[in-house]
Amino acid sequence: MSPDSFPNSLSNPDLKVASLISVGQHPKSGRARRASQDARAVELGLKMTGSASRLIHVGGGDETGLRQYLGMGLPEITLLKADGRADAVPILASYLKEQPADIVLSGIHAEQGEASGMVPYLLAEHLGWPIVPRIADIQKVEDGFAEVLQALPRGQRRLLRVQLPFIATVDNAAPDARQYAFGPARRGLMNGVAVYAPVDEARLDWQENPAKPRPKRLNVVKAKSAADRFKAATAKPQGQGGKVIRDGTDREKAEAIMELLIAEGVVR
Amino acid sequence: MLLDWLLPALVVTALALLVIGAIRRIQLWRAGQPEPVKLIAGLMAMPRRYLVDLHHVVERDKVMSNTHVATAGGFVLSMLLIIPVHVLGLESRWLSIPLLIATALMFTGAIFVYRRRRNPPARLSRGPWMRLPKSLLMFSASFFLLTLLTSGFLPESFGSWVFTGILLIGVVFGLSEMLFGMGWGGPMKHAFAGALHLAFHRRPERFGGGRSTGLKPVNLDGKLGVAEPKDFKWNQLLGFDACVQCGRCEAVCPAFAAGQPLNPKKLIQDMVVGLAGGTDANYAGSPYPGTEVGKAQGNPHQPIVDGLVSADTLWSCTTCRACVEECPMMIEHVDAIVDMRRHLTLERGETPNKGAEVLDNLIATDNPGGYEPGSRMNWAADLDLPLMADKHDAEVLFWVSDGCFDMRSQRILRAFVKILKAANVDFAVLGNEERDSGDVARRLGDDATFQSLARHNIATLGKYRFQRIVTTDPHAFHVLKNEYGDFGGHYEVLHHSTFINELVEQGRLALDRFKGGTVTYHDPCYLGRYNGEYESPRALLGALGIQVNEMERSGYRSRCCGGGGGAPITDIPGEHRIADMRVDDARKVEAETIAVACQQCTSMLEGVVEPRPEIRDLAELVADGLIVETAESTTPAAQPIAEEVH
Repeated sequence: MSPDSFPNSLSNPDLKVASLISVGQHPKSGRARRASQDARAVELGLKMTGSASRLIHVGGGDETGLRQYLGMGLPEITLLKADGRADAVPILASYLKEQPADIVLSGIHAEQGEASGMVPYLLAEHLGWPIVPRIADIQKVEDGFAEVLQALPRGQRRLLRVQLPFIATVDNAAPDARQYAFGPARRGLMNGVAVYAPVDEARLDWQENPAKPRPKRLNVVKAKSAADRFKAATAKPQGQGGKVIRDGTDREKAEAIMELLIAEGVVR
Repeated sequence: MLLDWLLPALVVTALALLVIGAIRRIQLWRAGQPEPVKLIAGLMAMPRRYLVDLHHVVERDKVMSNTHVATAGGFVLSMLLIIPVHVLGLESRWLSIPLLIATALMFTGAIFVYRRRRNPPARLSRGPWMRLPKSLLMFSASFFLLTLLTSGFLPESFGSWVFTGILLIGVVFGLSEMLFGMGWGGPMKHAFAGALHLAFHRRPERFGGGRSTGLKPVNLDGKLGVAEPKDFKWNQLLGFDACVQCGRCEAVCPAFAAGQPLNPKKLIQDMVVGLAGGTDANYAGSPYPGTEVGKAQGNPHQPIVDGLVSADTLWSCTTCRACVEECPMMIEHVDAIVDMRRHLTLERGETPNKGAEVLDNLIATDNPGGYEPGSRMNWAADLDLPLMADKHDAEVLFWVSDGCFDMRSQRILRAFVKILKAANVDFAVLGNEERDSGDVARRLGDDATFQSLARHNIATLGKYRFQRIVTTDPHAFHVLKNEYGDFGGHYEVLHHSTFINELVEQGRLALDRFKGGTVTYHDPCYLGRYNGEYESPRALLGALGIQVNEMERSGYRSRCCGGGGGAPITDIPGEHRIADMRVDDARKVEAETIAVACQQCTSMLEGVVEPRPEIRDLAELVADGLIVETAESTTPAAQPIAEEVH
């Protein structure tokens, strides 16, 4: 593996980066794999602190999926042992209080299971840390502050200065995760830690169904020239035919929305 | 007389130095990993391997072959006779006359070596190799004249001090090249290392007309691939040392010709630098295109990549095996390259360009394109193909391969199905149960994924009864036939060209004459060089009434299309594209159609810009020429589909 070239990894050797990783699911075959966004978080961790960055997983330890993260060149995964019914948030919160980190990275949402994308938010609330959603890069860490590049729609970026410690979710705009290799994946350790894992009571009553793909509106291309198409692809959407309702009661606003949904055929 | 003690002393000293050098050299090889060989049987078989198998390869260049026979034969005979005549001092015409003949023979050969070296082709290395013919001449002439002198064929007056002195200088020069140099890394090293290489070759099956082309499996619990020279098997290191730098490999290498940074000869020489330690400053042959000579350095315990060779060199290889086929010392270049790729992929995770994505897809979806595993039969939605899962038993298992996802390859597959149906072959396909054969994963160095795919496929094949497997993909053909055996999968596998030709010979297919103009045939590497099938495709074209316009490089010398070994995936830039060069070969023989027998070759050659010859697979040519007796349009439309398609 090439030496990691993060300018501040030397000036700030004590920086502690942890990535929260989940077992992903391949969209075509449904096979367990490293989750693509989580893998980008791991990649960012590797860039900042090399193989000193930590991997944390809550669950039973599905070997094939998790070992792919180890194959990126990290020595071990901290496996907080919990069964499928447990709530990951309190487990992670208490672990991170004991083993503090400066930056906690995660994907935006999991590829299977609840996949609500709420874990980083709830965790930030538990720990009282700021959360930066959808980042593309962390450019600098200095004097207890990090310069974080946040990804906005249509390729826009916003540079934020965030105080450590914080939680960030990694957007698909972040650099691709490196290839995982069989050798390091085989050698890496699954460091199991027994933790108190409370059952997620709320979820016990839920029924799960496979998600159905939502209908998509076909895009009618009206552009005549390449310049038009480029504009259509990059320009901010200009509200067309909609209206902004600032005044009025909640009921009126809700009725306006309902009307639109019926007109668009979303609700029949 | 001075000669009486000086000459034996010189010969004995040179022999002693040879032995010391040889022992040192053997120690260098022993740094490699253990690999069991048959010690006695190998040594016993060596003369035959040298005189028959190796000679077959050398004989492709008749002049050089005769030159070598004369020179090497003369030298070996001379050495065997010099010991009794000049060291032990036995005086007998029965010894001295043969010695005179032997040295004269060697001298004659050496003259031809000298002539070739006067204006050597670019593929030959220079440096110390330019000195060799002079040493050969010197050695043979000196000993010829000395033998004349000592055995009294010349009048006593000839033996003046000056004359003897000059002869002795020649002897010293000759002996130091021929014996000292043999043990200490001079050009003559090839004789000593080459002989042992033949005796302890890693693929003894190649001798006696056999074939051994399947890659050797990696022990996934042990060392993964070759990182440092010492990670090679000891007899691979020995094999590198056997190289004579004749550059035949360089002359046939498609990547070298395309200006990609690979030269098989330089690669082997770099491995020699690695096993002996040092730099490549003394290398006097063609470089890797675009790379300066003299910067590489290594030793047995230093990583090879980015010291000795660059990763791009290893990824330029198309594994076409032209170098191996051409090597007169039977060195295994492809094995070495794949061994080093294995380290890069399995340990470092550095498969270049699309490599990582393709491997990831193979792991997640069992096909390199990342398509849904359940959509393998979409190409045949209207063909009503019998599934093995329903039939359990068929005469022929049609291995569809990943061509099912590619629209161009689908035309080949559909043509082949048409032929199967026309000949009423009892066949079935695996459908969605089939997985990628593992060819690409293995050539990209990911033996873990290859082994996993192979085991799954073998388990699937084990559920059904069939007599033979037939496939239109030479890569799958090779892997199923030659590489699944290591994991317990032994099958009779046929390439579609062989199988269709059989059907034609049995009279099960009636063929019309081809009416499309001039045709040439491009031998796929994995069908030809890997599996020796050159005849069936040509016979089949003959059955279509086609007279093949052979390209200059055809048969075992066929030039690769550039599509093997994962080369289109790793895509190392060069000055030309290999496929362009291949189509130029076809243009030279004014072919209007290039008949191919591989979907990989089809897509590579069709990637060449038009105007160019049309590219047609054998199956397509045959399917077009089928004479169907009864009107086939009456097939019922409302048949139950074989499998639900998504």
